[in-house]
Amino acid sequence: MNLYELLRGPLLWLAFGVFIGGMLVRVVLFVGTSLKKDRPIYRFFSWKWLWLSIVHWVLPLNETAKKHPIVTLVGFLFHICLLVTPLFLLAHGVLWYESWGISWWSLTEKVADYMTLIVIGCLLFFVVRRIVSPHVRVVTTAADYVLLAVSVAPFVTGYLAYHQYFDYYTVIVLHMIFGELMLVVIPFTKLSHFLMFFVSRAVTGMEFGRRKAPSW
Amino acid sequence: MAENTATINPELYKKTADEKMNARLKMWLEMCAHCGLCADACHFYLANDRDPKMMPAYKAKKVLEAIKKKNGVDEQTVNDLYETIYGECTMCRRCTMYCPFGIDVATIVSTARGLSVSQGKVPEHLLKAVLSHVEHGNQMAVTEEEWVDTLKWMEEELQEELPGATIPIDKKGANSLYVVNAREPKFYPMDISQAARVFHLAGEDWTMSTKGWDVTNLAMFMGDMKAAAKIAQMVRDVAEELEVKRVVVTECGHALRSLAFESPIWLGRDHRFEVVHSVTLFADYLRTGRLKLDKSVFAKERCTYQDPCNVSRNGGCARDAREIVKYLCENFVEMEPHGEYNYCCGGGGGFIPMAGPFKERRLKSGKVKAEQIRATGATICITPCHNCYDQLRDLNKEYKLNIKVLSFKEMFEHALIIPEELKAKEEENEE
Repeated sequence: MNLYELLRGPLLWLAFGVFIGGMLVRVVLFVGTSLKKDRPIYRFFSWKWLWLSIVHWVLPLNETAKKHPIVTLVGFLFHICLLVTPLFLLAHGVLWYESWGISWWSLTEKVADYMTLIVIGCLLFFVVRRIVSPHVRVVTTAADYVLLAVSVAPFVTGYLAYHQYFDYYTVIVLHMIFGELMLVVIPFTKLSHFLMFFVSRAVTGMEFGRRKAPSW
Repeated sequence: MAENTATINPELYKKTADEKMNARLKMWLEMCAHCGLCADACHFYLANDRDPKMMPAYKAKKVLEAIKKKNGVDEQTVNDLYETIYGECTMCRRCTMYCPFGIDVATIVSTARGLSVSQGKVPEHLLKAVLSHVEHGNQMAVTEEEWVDTLKWMEEELQEELPGATIPIDKKGANSLYVVNAREPKFYPMDISQAARVFHLAGEDWTMSTKGWDVTNLAMFMGDMKAAAKIAQMVRDVAEELEVKRVVVTECGHALRSLAFESPIWLGRDHRFEVVHSVTLFADYLRTGRLKLDKSVFAKERCTYQDPCNVSRNGGCARDAREIVKYLCENFVEMEPHGEYNYCCGGGGGFIPMAGPFKERRLKSGKVKAEQIRATGATICITPCHNCYDQLRDLNKEYKLNIKVLSFKEMFEHALIIPEELKAKEEENEE
């Protein structure tokens, strides 16, 4: 088994295992601790405020979006492209079909190519913002840069692989390593916000909601 | 004034940190993406020339670093933390509304204040008030005799104008129990007669109580939830003993927040009574016609309204205040932003009672509010909160705003229409 096959087979399984298992543990730990120490969540539970809070932030329907339109726009573009591109990339779809015989809708290659560039461009914006804005710089840690790098690496290598720049085998192997690395680190880092975002928004939405005040 | 010094007790620090750390705090402290979008939500940040170290996420980060040291805390950490959590945050919760994740920095800071308390590092005046509250049943050590005398005195004053008016005490089964801030009997007794006047004219079945009448809860601002629970219990006990339907909270912000929204958590179960802020009650009286105001009284004035954080954002009464204003002011201008999105005046989170060493920072952080008020061109700023009230009066002097700061009750004193039959019979000698 060569490196490609290793990454394509057992290591991919491992990466998905750690990613899904890790996130499950995160959620179980949250629920377990909160049942003991965060009773207000359950006592004042409200589907209405939970959804209102989430919807106002999954869509740009909040005061922050009005106050910071550029950061909001870049943030939305980044997140949409980051999630949609790998899921609906034709090349990824082919891999799913080969392995499991399942297939779904894909992006045209040209669109996927642009979306990849958008992810990279947005990320550069975030890096520059971290360096240039004093109030962002003051809270920035090394981990923030590392996570930005971890997030963009699969896209940069993916872009290079698609265009067959450099040695294809090396680039595609790197692409797989970085993709799997990203999956693995999600549960243990701030990247877990892809899920914890919803938990936090729900909790805060309900806490403001029980005072009849909006949290957006 | 001697600054209080920390007495480092690492074991207690660790124990307190472990006790206070819950699932939400852990999530919030870990998940902050350091995006910086909270910065300009904070009045400390804006008033201090956008000092990055004043932004909410930076303060939260400091708290996280201090909590991480729970296995070997040192004096430097505690002292640094103290400056941030007491001197640079009023726990107004505005930043939470602007945070994409909804991270509750106020709760993080409150936790840290509790940690600071465990190391004996508390603003002296805040601690004094809390100790007094626990010992005497009110934060200003007013004796029961003084309290009852004040009520009698205010009743007599009121009766000169409204012969039928009374201030009922410990009336069992009354519809409303009216609870106040200890500074009312201590410094502003007229507040009590003004409220009694409103209740009398509205025909309210109400009472005051000899015990549990101070509804303030400064322990909440110390992150000391055990003391806060004890204090809230005093009001709850008396309200449930008197079997009142509702407790009406005076024009005070944190009193509403602590009694209505926080104390049911500290005390483990819901109250057996409703909690209503004066603003909500007044709006209701006006809507239903139980009170009538003469709008022409303040027609020449331009009015604005200062939303107390704990009445609007954390109390849900922003709309009620606007309703009162419709009956009261001909010329009303909103501050921008307002309602739940208001800026803290700078007097919240214990800053007014913390007094002395914190005053300079309080006046400085109030710059944002002062500019907001100035932009309205208002001559009167209404606010239903004792802490806002004091802060706005100080800001008025400091920033030369030329405004009058008034509570709703004070304005009602002039604007309430008194039905002829309730008025005192005029003496003949008056022309």
